[in-house]
Amino acid sequence: MLKFIANRVAQTLAVLFVVGTITFFLVRLAPGSPFDQERNMSPDVRRNMEEYYGFDKPLLVQYYRYFSGIILRGDFGPSYKYTNRTVTELIAESLPISVELGLYGMAIAISIGVVAGVVASLRPNTVTDYVPMSLSMVGITLPTFVSGPVLLLVFGIYLRWFSVSGWSEAEDKVLPAITLGLYYAAYFARLSRGGMLEVMSQDYIRTARAKGASETRIVFRHALRGGLLPAISFFGPALAGIISGSFTVETIFQIPGLGRYFVTAASNRDYTMIMGTVVLFAALICVFNMLVDIVLAWLNPRLRLE
Amino acid sequence: MPLLEVENLRVAFHTRNGIVRAVNDVSFSLEKGGTLGVVGESGSGKSVTGYAMMGLIPQPPGRIEGGRAIFGGVDLLHASKAELNAIRGRKIAMIFQDPMTSLNPFMRVGDQIMEPLRIHGKITSDAARKKALDALAEVGVQDPSARLLAYPHELSGGMRQRVMIAMALITNPALLIADEPTTALDVTVQAQVLELIRKMQQNHGTAVIFITHDLGVVSGFCDQVQVMYAGRIVESASVSDIFERPLHPYNRALQKSIPAFQPKGRDLYTIPGAPPDLSRPIAGCSFAPRCEFATDACRKGDLTLTEVAPAHGTSCRRVQRGEITLD
Amino acid sequence: MTVDSTLPAPAIVEVEPGHSLWQDAWARLRKNRLAVASGVLLLVMACACLIGPIFSQDYAEQNLSTYATPPSAEHWLGTDTAGRDLLSRILIGGRVSFSVGLCATAVALLIGVTYGTIAGFYGGRVDMVMMRIVDIIYAFPFTIFVILLMSLFGRNFLLLFAAIGAVEWLTMARIVRGQVLTLRRMEFIEAAIATGVPRRRIILRHLIPNVLGPIIVYTTLTIPAIMLLEAFLSFLGLGVPPPMASWGVLIDDGRKVMEEFWWLITFPGLALSLTLFALNFLGDGLRDALDPKASKD
Repeated sequence: MLKFIANRVAQTLAVLFVVGTITFFLVRLAPGSPFDQERNMSPDVRRNMEEYYGFDKPLLVQYYRYFSGIILRGDFGPSYKYTNRTVTELIAESLPISVELGLYGMAIAISIGVVAGVVASLRPNTVTDYVPMSLSMVGITLPTFVSGPVLLLVFGIYLRWFSVSGWSEAEDKVLPAITLGLYYAAYFARLSRGGMLEVMSQDYIRTARAKGASETRIVFRHALRGGLLPAISFFGPALAGIISGSFTVETIFQIPGLGRYFVTAASNRDYTMIMGTVVLFAALICVFNMLVDIVLAWLNPRLRLE
Repeated sequence: MPLLEVENLRVAFHTRNGIVRAVNDVSFSLEKGGTLGVVGESGSGKSVTGYAMMGLIPQPPGRIEGGRAIFGGVDLLHASKAELNAIRGRKIAMIFQDPMTSLNPFMRVGDQIMEPLRIHGKITSDAARKKALDALAEVGVQDPSARLLAYPHELSGGMRQRVMIAMALITNPALLIADEPTTALDVTVQAQVLELIRKMQQNHGTAVIFITHDLGVVSGFCDQVQVMYAGRIVESASVSDIFERPLHPYNRALQKSIPAFQPKGRDLYTIPGAPPDLSRPIAGCSFAPRCEFATDACRKGDLTLTEVAPAHGTSCRRVQRGEITLD
Repeated sequence: MTVDSTLPAPAIVEVEPGHSLWQDAWARLRKNRLAVASGVLLLVMACACLIGPIFSQDYAEQNLSTYATPPSAEHWLGTDTAGRDLLSRILIGGRVSFSVGLCATAVALLIGVTYGTIAGFYGGRVDMVMMRIVDIIYAFPFTIFVILLMSLFGRNFLLLFAAIGAVEWLTMARIVRGQVLTLRRMEFIEAAIATGVPRRRIILRHLIPNVLGPIIVYTTLTIPAIMLLEAFLSFLGLGVPPPMASWGVLIDDGRKVMEEFWWLITFPGLALSLTLFALNFLGDGLRDALDPKASKD
């Protein structure tokens, strides 16, 4: 198990290193510079700016400086667009909002999805199976940038139950969290149902029945652990999806989170901001994937030995 | 009063390709502490009969179409879920063919062995643990306290079947249904497991229904034997009568096709044809198409299992009428 | 951007292209009403997108006299804030969405099948190295990468295909590799190798036809995933460049004015969702048809 964890940690670090490096060189090799849009910048000023930010140094030196800054001081450098502000500041301000939104979304996705999937699996091909599963099919084909505006239109504008933008009051948070969560709830529902159906047809469930175990005991003690493995392995992809989902949800509901900063930074060529967010998102996703793998190995005794 | 009395059990599976009548009019009884062998090839309905006793027929597609199975005053076929759960694992236990898949891979062996105790009554962890240790030691598992903490995949096939047996017998049930418990095991291990079941049966006075496709296994193990074919009991007798005085052509043909039962050098008999498709109605005797004694009359009318000798029943009407004798 | 992970086990057919398997599958598919309805819906949509714009030329023409009119007899789905007929815009957008979906899927298919077949066929160390590479790329946060690419190198149609195709080939490679690895060990392949059939021929004649089922199923499920990704990028303003419009662009445009003009978000959203819905159902239906075992209950 320790060896397995060590392996996964090493792999994660390797991926992070590659992601960081590729991002760095991609950003630098791409045409255009952050100062392109400021038309009346004189060549002198521009040269000064580039010197100030270290663009005149060889790429490798910049590369070294940049990453040693992150690793040693947690310093992602200055933002080129939001002058006088560092990327670290911007991230520190907006990340908590995105994390909160993501947590709500994940909580909705997992609670609704897993419960619906398990319930559906207990009586396959009956009403309690068809209804949640049809809804989940609808959910899967409704991307957040369609369901978000629809929810906003119906519950925010016509019914006026919730507010349509911002992120301060509790009522601001309902629609964005639901928008973000429902799509992945649909996935979790399908995966849990599939996993549970698979497990409930296993011989060891029959053994449990032969022991006189009640249906509740069979589901909770015998089936869930194996049946939820597919859903748990989806945690990693779901997080990645929720992060990219946050780009659209934060745009739709005008939430000042990191996702929106990333989207603006990408179109503004704010190098350090792009770099910072990509490295951060990558780190989040990789670390989370690693944790999920470790949890899976811990849950599944057969994997634990390898 | 017998321990278990089954009357006219009928089980069918309603599949996309029609209704498969897996068990038809099966009746038998079993005394306390007795051993009953149920023999037949795959698809003969022998396992379905066992599952029906335990309420383990998956419904749908399966359906109990009729009959009764009285055990301790309760009809197992029509008992409520709660009644059934009070009996399963406590008074009737079952072991299965494949110990590899029949144990929960996510649960420690010890927890699985102790589970019947926890389900059927309050017991402290220490007491349960002690019982589990004793049970493991009794089925010949080395170093039981370490095995309690193991996961099934860490044990060998024979070891797992021993664990299954310990788990089944930990509540001291009156009846054990063993569904081909040795089929998935190596030959050497088979003998050990058989011996173990016999020993446990003698120690605890447990009655056993032993379901198998292997006549050889039955010969050394059971008091009573019933031979099943195409969902029906075709012959039922004491073990010595089954082998020495077969009264059904199918039973005789089966024995003639087992190498160990035949003198060296003689050609083995093979039964021509294949078992019938149970999703189609069968008129008359279902073995008639493969039977060397069959006449046109065999393909019509109803069959009954009738005693033609003391405690020896056959469903063959030609034998019943004395038209043929089998050697 | 993720696709259902349950895929059929290797469909093992005879060495000769098994007619009966495909006929059986077709019969099963026809019995599945939802899948048939989905297929018909897709055909109708595709034809409308292909033919429709020929008859209505005003998709790009701006006309202030028809500024954002609600659905009417003249403009069935209304007009947008530049006075353009929404139906024509949706049909034109559909062309873009479908072609991105199909072309990027083709890219993914080509890379994925080649890569997976090679890894699975040669096995051993080649396979290990190739699959380890896939594992590592898999761990990349790819959506973010595509966004990065699109924002750095501009909104370029070809780059969009390449970027999306490059993301989606991984799963295809994994599936094909798994299937080929299983088939590789089957006797009829061993027999072909033993009798000296050239490798090229074994791969083309014996392996590919036998993994066709899963490939078809996964392709049907990849198309919606890619259309979704394209719409997502367009929604963020990183998709196809204007004046071209994909469904994602229309949804984004509609969202900005939806408080006043509900139809501008509703119909493009409906078009996208219905298409995704139909593609997913068709994919599910194909899976059931090609692999009856997987759908017993």
